[in-house]
Amino acid sequence: CYKKEERHVRANDRDYNERFSYADNHIKTAKYNVFTFLPINLFEQFQRFANAYFLVLLILQLIPEISSLSWFTTIVPLVLVLAITAVKDATDDYFRHKSDQQVNTRLQNEKWMNVRVGDIIKLENNQFVADLLLLSSSEPYGLCYIETAELDGETNLKVRQALTVTSDLGDDVAKLADFNGEVICEPPNNKLDKFTGTLFWKDNKYPLDNEKMLLRGCVLRNTEWCFGLVIFAGLQTKLMQNCGRTKFKRTSIDKLMNTLVLWIFGFLICMGIILAIGNTIWEQKVGSNFWEYLQWKELTISAVFSGFLTFWSYVIILNTVVPISLYVSVEVLRLGHSYFINWDRRMYYSRKATPAEARTTTLNEELGQVEFIFSDKTGTLTQNIMVFNKCSINGKTYGDVYDEFGHKVDITEKTPCVDFSFNPLMDRKFRFHDSSLVEAIKLEEPLVQEFFRLLALCHTIMPEERNEGELVYQAQSPDEGALVTAARNFGFVFRSRTPETITLYEMGQAVTYQLLAILDFNNVRKRMSVIVRNPKGQLKLYSKGADTILFDRLDPSNEELMFTTSEHLNEFAGEGLRTLALAYKDLDEDVFDEWMKKLLFASTALENREEKLGALYEEIEQGMMLLGATAIEDKLQEGVPETIACLTLANIKIWVLTGDKLETAMNIGYSCNMLRDDMNEVFIISGHTMVETELYSSDSVFEETIIAEYALIINGHSLAHALEADLEQILVDVACLCKTVICCRVTPLQKALVVELIKRHKRAVTLAIGDGANDVSMIKTAHIGVGISGQEGMQAVLASDYSFAQFRYLQRLLLVHGRWSYHRMCNFLCYFFYKNFAFTLVHFWYGFLCGFSAQTVYDQWFITLFNIVYTSLPVLAMGLFDQDVNEQYSLRYPNLYRPGQLNQLFNKRKFFTCTLQGVCTSFILFFIPYGAFMSAVRDDGAHISDQQAFAVTIATSLVIVVSAQIGLDTNYWTAVNHFFIWGSLAVYFAILFAMHSDGIFTIFPNQFPFIGTARNSLNQKIVWLVILLTTVVCIMPMVAVRFIKADLYPTHTDKNFRRVRRTSSRRSAYAFAHQQGYGELITSGKNMKIPTASTSTYPLSSPARGNSVVKNSVVSGTTDAAETNSTGFRRESDQNQEVTVEDLEAR
Amino acid sequence: MMASSYSAKEEDGHHSGSAGLGGTAIRTRKPDNTAFKQQRLPAWQPILTAGTVLPAFFIIGLIFIPIGIGLFVTSNNIKEFEIDYTGTDMSSPCFNCSQSFSWNSTTPCRCVLFFSLDQPFESNVFMYYGLSNFYQNHRRYVKSRDDSQLNGDERSLKEPSKECEPYRTNENKPIAPCGAIANSMFNDTLDLFYIDPNGTQTQIPFIKKGIAWWTDKHVKFRNPSSSNPNLTAVFIDTAKPVNWRKPVYELDTDPENNGFINEDFIVWMRTAALPTFRKLYRIIQKKNNMTPTLPRGNYSLEVTYNYPVRSFEGRKRMILSTISWMGGKNPFLGIAYITVGSICFFLGVVLLFIHHKYGNRNNSSDIPN
Repeated sequence: CYKKEERHVRANDRDYNERFSYADNHIKTAKYNVFTFLPINLFEQFQRFANAYFLVLLILQLIPEISSLSWFTTIVPLVLVLAITAVKDATDDYFRHKSDQQVNTRLQNEKWMNVRVGDIIKLENNQFVADLLLLSSSEPYGLCYIETAELDGETNLKVRQALTVTSDLGDDVAKLADFNGEVICEPPNNKLDKFTGTLFWKDNKYPLDNEKMLLRGCVLRNTEWCFGLVIFAGLQTKLMQNCGRTKFKRTSIDKLMNTLVLWIFGFLICMGIILAIGNTIWEQKVGSNFWEYLQWKELTISAVFSGFLTFWSYVIILNTVVPISLYVSVEVLRLGHSYFINWDRRMYYSRKATPAEARTTTLNEELGQVEFIFSDKTGTLTQNIMVFNKCSINGKTYGDVYDEFGHKVDITEKTPCVDFSFNPLMDRKFRFHDSSLVEAIKLEEPLVQEFFRLLALCHTIMPEERNEGELVYQAQSPDEGALVTAARNFGFVFRSRTPETITLYEMGQAVTYQLLAILDFNNVRKRMSVIVRNPKGQLKLYSKGADTILFDRLDPSNEELMFTTSEHLNEFAGEGLRTLALAYKDLDEDVFDEWMKKLLFASTALENREEKLGALYEEIEQGMMLLGATAIEDKLQEGVPETIACLTLANIKIWVLTGDKLETAMNIGYSCNMLRDDMNEVFIISGHTMVETELYSSDSVFEETIIAEYALIINGHSLAHALEADLEQILVDVACLCKTVICCRVTPLQKALVVELIKRHKRAVTLAIGDGANDVSMIKTAHIGVGISGQEGMQAVLASDYSFAQFRYLQRLLLVHGRWSYHRMCNFLCYFFYKNFAFTLVHFWYGFLCGFSAQTVYDQWFITLFNIVYTSLPVLAMGLFDQDVNEQYSLRYPNLYRPGQLNQLFNKRKFFTCTLQGVCTSFILFFIPYGAFMSAVRDDGAHISDQQAFAVTIATSLVIVVSAQIGLDTNYWTAVNHFFIWGSLAVYFAILFAMHSDGIFTIFPNQFPFIGTARNSLNQKIVWLVILLTTVVCIMPMVAVRFIKADLYPTHTDKNFRRVRRTSSRRSAYAFAHQQGYGELITSGKNMKIPTASTSTYPLSSPARGNSVVKNSVVSGTTDAAETNSTGFRRESDQNQEVTVEDLEAR
Repeated sequence: MMASSYSAKEEDGHHSGSAGLGGTAIRTRKPDNTAFKQQRLPAWQPILTAGTVLPAFFIIGLIFIPIGIGLFVTSNNIKEFEIDYTGTDMSSPCFNCSQSFSWNSTTPCRCVLFFSLDQPFESNVFMYYGLSNFYQNHRRYVKSRDDSQLNGDERSLKEPSKECEPYRTNENKPIAPCGAIANSMFNDTLDLFYIDPNGTQTQIPFIKKGIAWWTDKHVKFRNPSSSNPNLTAVFIDTAKPVNWRKPVYELDTDPENNGFINEDFIVWMRTAALPTFRKLYRIIQKKNNMTPTLPRGNYSLEVTYNYPVRSFEGRKRMILSTISWMGGKNPFLGIAYITVGSICFFLGVVLLFIHHKYGNRNNSSDIPN
């Protein structure tokens, strides 16, 4: 089929395109409809091993020779299990139907699902729904700005430009409808930065590349509308191709449980065989002599055949060791735990009205076992907001607030802001707290003015003023936006620009500067400059850039200022701020003319143009005068460093995987305290092919790893090499030795590969957290995927298993909910297996005394109801509500998370312990009554050692023993626990007496043969003495063992919280979110637009929109301890520890 | 629509959040602040500390040992006499009977055993027959009965349950009572004679009613059409169990103890839990306070030997026993209580020692995990 190699898309021709049956945008995830539900659901349910097994049992029970139990003992639980599961499946599917419908009918003039390949669609500031070929846009030259943060995490704007032929179509709908070009391009693939194709239109061929593509997931910015031709839709879009396959996630406990069920099954077969052999021998030695009293029917003469039948009979009566209700109970527990996550107010983000949501209900206990967290950066760790925070002007810092005694005041939401009302053009959202800077401006200090003038002039921002005074800046990087906005508020308003001029409003006065040159930014230069002529005719060069770069190019007279500024820069960097140095230079007319000529010449050069230009820029950017430095805060989400510190203490390794640049990633690493200056070495691997050697060079880490702390930073290209088969082991080893791992410039698929790598090599539980479409693949790959909700993009959330609005909730999700879930689930499973073994194996012991005849010990009704009525609710209540340690403790002592990671609470050994306990209990349960009943009679001389009284005694002991055991296992007795535990006992006795009552016997004499047994045995003191003895013998050893464990090996070890220190390495901001090439765009005037009178009242945004990080706050979970104090602390005596929490401040 | 990009993400998110949802919507999305939903339910949190565990052990020890001693003493005070009359030995008087057995012999085989009681049995004496190696708890045996037939259901009388196979019908007539249990009913007759020192034998009077559970006698077992006093007519179309010598309506002459509600039959039908068991046979009531029920001296036990046990190496015993508040003689329970009580006490001491020597004594900061 030829479409494998290339793809034909003809515009506005659905019939033609449909021939290729390309994927469309329609989404269907629901499984059933009303009519197919029952058959399909039942079919699916019986595909499960457990259910099929019980169906087989049921069939076996219908064979009279084998049947050792009535059919109802199996069918009642089975029907119950099937019904509960069916109800759950039905609810799930109902919600899937709803969400499908919602997505499919999402409106954007046209329903999403109706978008087909070959359609031409108009977009207005929205996410793209499919991969489009840009045809035309509202901007001149068919330019179109997009943000690709969803795809690759980069936050700067990108430009796309349509072909000239198509951009001429404009928004003329008639022309667009006539457009019938045909695109031939590559088949769907996952490469985000590559596209090759050809457009055939009007007998002409036009080459197409990635610069003309608008990919699904990108967001249209600063562009009113654009038209695009749908090339890929639905699953074939590059975004979806990058998403990875959705896999059904199972927890490790799930897998273990399946193994254990198989083991139990094997154990069951073994017991069956032992008892069958016993039966064969018995029939030969004893049974055949017993013939007179107990005749076989004709067909069952041979002892071997009898043994064979007995095997099946025992499989039936011992089936309760394979607990049918296990899976359902586990599902119920997980559902409950998920609801607790949904209901948690401390994971509710009120600013966006977003509660946490457990989207998958089957992974909860794995949250308590996480060892690796893979985090996205943009939008996850950071808020993606840049805030002009501090500055140093001419050796004086501004930005800190001092009280009347000269002490520095922590800036909080309540700190009064500087009043900018003198400035009508101010941005209302801008907040600054140090009023001395405004005073300096008002005093017209020349250097302060020059400082802000520089900020207002030296940039590549496009202004937009739709209504008078409503300025909107289109910044290509958030840093620049923050700086220009700061200048604006301090009275140097950048108002408009043409290719040759820049107009500022300096303290209300319109001043127009002639823009002579933009010395554009690039990664090597790490600075940008503009040369302007001010109204007085002076020539000025304004430059801003990385401090190290700029300091080398200063005039020698600046030495002293450089020294103080340098100190300030260190201070800023120490606070995690991104810094920039600013400098200016007065130019001589002659020198400039000379230089300008050289520049013009160089810019037309055909060879080495870049280098020549670079050299020229270098030439003029010398001998500059230092003005000062700015400090921008890349706002982290609230509580990120604290959360990271706490999770690190819980021995969780956090890796940052970002599509962003190395410098940005490192900066965030520093501000999150993941990278610190006291680390012994930070390995940066950014080679292209020499990766191998570089990796080997870090072998030295292995020797000295224990004492030293290392960090590893690796970029996408290197990662691609490192992920190859022969290097991945080394990568894993090196990376795991490092305290911190940051991968930058990675593609979405690489993120998934890294996660996959760790999953494969470390067998550890991984968690991926992200907010954008570029995180979807890793979210899907990791054991647990977490999406940051409340953002505009929904892809990550839709793919995630859990979602919430703030990174810091991760701490609570793991340390509180995850830990609880894990503990509860493990305790639940231990108890469940214990209970079933104790219950069932009594039959095994009895086999030796009843001729291996598969006679049950208990009443059949007791067998039917034991698991589903008598003992199900207390253990469910424990599994839902138990808290071994309350939430304050689990947050305060992250070490408590350790057992989950080490898988200590439920593993094969633990399973053996609890089954062994069950076996012992069953042994005691059987043999103590056996000993007592050998010669017992009632106190009126009548016999009591009959089968039914024996059954009632053992059953009652069993119920009491397992209730006592659950009482012992329950750490947190809520009213519900009390109700269920005492209630279960009460219900047991109520049902017992009801079933043994006269009334029910007269109605069904054959089904309830135990008439009167309860009355006649439970009124005997001896029976109660037996029950008491049995209970004590079963329970007290467990009490002793638990006590010794708690007394001698307390699991909590004292820990000292490592203070997280601030770092002080200087990092320049300018390099970060910026891209080369904007200077040219501006000077060429390409992106200039005749101001339109269109009205849009989109509110101006400013960086400091009140999101100030609550610094020095305690770890979030403890903030409202007052509220939780009432809930009954485990130990009230240590309020003093409450105080120590305050020391937990992460900074 | 224009926005400066550096805060665009935050901005739009904010708008979709707060502008899109009104104040009420926000309130509804916020989880309720209830103790249940916030997992703050008030709770009792018991922990195993030395202060609770150690006393528990000592208290259990201190309670169990006296109970055990009490049980042991009571059990020892109970008088019990047991005699095996199976007749496996050549020397045994019942040897001949046990050897020459056939189900359909018309003349019953009798044998007499002599024994003496060293001590008088003061209160009411209960006479049991005991069987060993008899698997009344075998599954096929246990289920081989029809409870509705025994409850007097007319339909089941005519059409007994399939469970009774192969003792369901005989010569095309339904067997009443059907099933293996009924068929194998114990039918030895035991008579007890007191031999005066002067040689005269006096038969000890037995009470044969009141040996079954009240519920069995009055609820579980009922004769069909109880209005008709003529049991012979009621059971007319039925066959007697194969091994029985007489039909069910001739078990006793007393109409209150005949048919299905014959107490010997009821006692037998209550199947024993273990292959060695005893069942109440007769009660010897105390006559007055002056004379013991069974004075010390010689006795003879006259056995009408109908019940074969030789084939499966079974044993038959006759047991005479008095009872107390705890029932019959039961040394196991007393010893078990004393043992468990002592072990608990000992464990308490060991734990106390461990706790003092190695324990984490200042566990105020200890987090039990």
